[in-house]
Amino acid sequence: MKTPMARCSSPKRSNALPRAVAIALLIIMSAFPVAAEPSSDRQVELLYFLKHDCGSCHGLTRKGGLGSPLLPETMAGRSDDDLTAIILDGMPGTPMPPWRALFTEDEVRWMVRAIKQGTWRK
Amino acid sequence: MKKISVMLTALLLAACTSQTMRATGDLGLVIERADGSALIVETTTHTQLARVTGLGDLSHASAVYSRDERYAYVFGRDGGLSKIDMLKGSIAGRVIQGGNSIGGAISQDGTLVAVSNYKPGGVKIFDAETLALVADIPAGSKTVGLVDAPGQKFVFGLYDSDEIWVVDMSVPASPAITKFTDIGHQPYDGLITPDGRYYIAGLFGEDGMAMLDMWNMDAGVTRILDGYGRGEKKLPVYKMPHLEGWAVADGLAFVPAVGLHEVLIVDLESWKQVGRIPVHGQPVFVMARPDGRHVWVNFAVPNNDTLQIIDVATRKLIKTLKPGKGVLHMEFTPRGEQVWTSVRDLDTLKVYDTATMKEVTSLPALKPSGIFFSARAHRIGL
Ligand code: HEC
Repeated sequence: MKTPMARCSSPKRSNALPRAVAIALLIIMSAFPVAAEPSSDRQVELLYFLKHDCGSCHGLTRKGGLGSPLLPETMAGRSDDDLTAIILDGMPGTPMPPWRALFTEDEVRWMVRAIKQGTWRK
Repeated sequence: MKKISVMLTALLLAACTSQTMRATGDLGLVIERADGSALIVETTTHTQLARVTGLGDLSHASAVYSRDERYAYVFGRDGGLSKIDMLKGSIAGRVIQGGNSIGGAISQDGTLVAVSNYKPGGVKIFDAETLALVADIPAGSKTVGLVDAPGQKFVFGLYDSDEIWVVDMSVPASPAITKFTDIGHQPYDGLITPDGRYYIAGLFGEDGMAMLDMWNMDAGVTRILDGYGRGEKKLPVYKMPHLEGWAVADGLAFVPAVGLHEVLIVDLESWKQVGRIPVHGQPVFVMARPDGRHVWVNFAVPNNDTLQIIDVATRKLIKTLKPGKGVLHMEFTPRGEQVWTSVRDLDTLKVYDTATMKEVTSLPALKPSGIFFSARAHRIGL
C-alpha cells in the first residue's frame, strides 16, 4: 500500500469478503490518514520546504515571482496528476527544475494537496 | 533648587546628545523574510539595535543605502518600497509601487531610487527623499539585475524579451533609454563590476553571459564565456545563482556556474574562462572578501548547510564550514576582517573571523536572509 493507486484498489479486492467485513475495513481505513501520507515529521519538513525553498522562486506567500503564483485559487482547476508531474519533472526551457531527486512521488502528491489547500499559510 | 534644575537639564541634554550623535557606518540591516521585518545590527560590538516590522512580503528582498548611510531602502516581494531610518529604527516612508518587485538600485548622486518589477514588469524610479514617482518605464517583461552605473544611469535585463536597457536619468523628467536586443536567452540576473565599467547579465536559457562595456556602449553587447559547460550534463537548478557582489580579485572574476557544482574563473582581460573549481554544491553567492584574497561561496538546496572558502592566489579550496542548514547570505564588514552569515533554519546569524575562519559569535534572528551593511552606500552597483 505504497501508492495512492494501491490504496484505491484495495477496497476492490475486499469485494471477495463478506460485505460487513468490507464495510468495517473501510471504516477502519478511513480512520487512518491516506496510506501514502508522509510521516508527520516529514510533513513539517515538506511544508517548510514549500514555504521557504519553493518560495524563493514562487514567493513566500505563493503569489509568484520568477515562478508563477501557486495559490489555492489559481491551482484549484488543475489536476493533481499534472501538477505532480510538473513538480517531479520540472518544466524544460524554464527555471522550474525537476525535484525528483529530492522527493518521492507520494511526497509530491502530498505537497500538491497542501498547495491546493493553502496549508502552508498557517 | 534652580541649580538642580539647571544641572538636570544639562544632564538630560548630555544624554540626548550622546544618543543622537550615533553614526551609521557600522550598522547593517538583516532581512527576516518570513516575518516581514528587518533587524538593525551594529557590527563593531555585534549587537542588535532594533527590529523594524511591517515591511510586507520579504522573500527575495534586498536593500540599498542613501549616500549619507542614514536610510536603507528595502525592496519587497509585494511591490513595497520601504525607507528605513537606521538611527530611529523605524519606517520613514513606504509605497506599494508595483505588484511584485525583485530588486532595486540607488542613483550615483543618491537622489533617485529605482525598482525592478516582475509584475507588471518594467522599472519605476522614485525620489529618494520623498518616494514620489519620478519615472515609470514599462518594459513588457520581468526586469532583472537592476544596478546603478556612473553617469546617473541605471542598467537592467529583460527576462522575457532577451534585452538589456540603459536608462540615463541625467534629466529626471526625460529618461533617455538605450536598448540592446538579442543579448542572449533569459537574462536572470546582472551585475556591474565594482569600477562601474562592465555590466554582465547571466543567461538562464543558454550557456554564456552577456557583457556591455559602459565605456563603449556603441560596441553593443558581446557574449562572454560562450558555451561554458556546454555538452556537460547539467543538474537541476534548485535555486538561481546570484551575481550581485561578483567576486572580482586579482584580475579574475569568480562566477557561479549554473547547474554545476563549480565556481568558474574568468580572466578579465580576455573574458575567457581560465579555470574551474569543483565545490560542494551549486553555488548561489560567490563573494570576494573586500581585499580580494579569499572568495566565500554558499550553495543551493540540498547543500545549503555549507560555506566554502577559495584562496585566490592558489585558486584552491582552503576551507569548508558547516554553519547549519539554510545558509542564505553573507556580508563582509567594510574592510573584511569578519563576515556575517544568515543561517535560516537555525534562526541565527553567525559571525566568522575571516583570518582564522572561526566563529566569533552568533545572534538570534527570525529566518534571516539577506544581510546588507551600510558601507554599500559608497559602492557602485550595490
Ligand atoms: C529556481 C526557481 C524555482 C523553484 C525553486 C521552484 N520553481 Fe516552480 N516554477 C518556476 C518557474 C519559473 C515556473 C513557471 C514556468 C513557466 O510557466 O514559464 C514554475 C512553475 C511551477 C508550477 C506550475 C504552475 C502552473 O501554473 O503551471 C508548479 C506547480 C510549481 N512550479 C511548483 C513548485 C514547487 C512545489 C516547488 C518546490 C518544490 C517549486 N516549484 C520550486 C521556478 C521555480
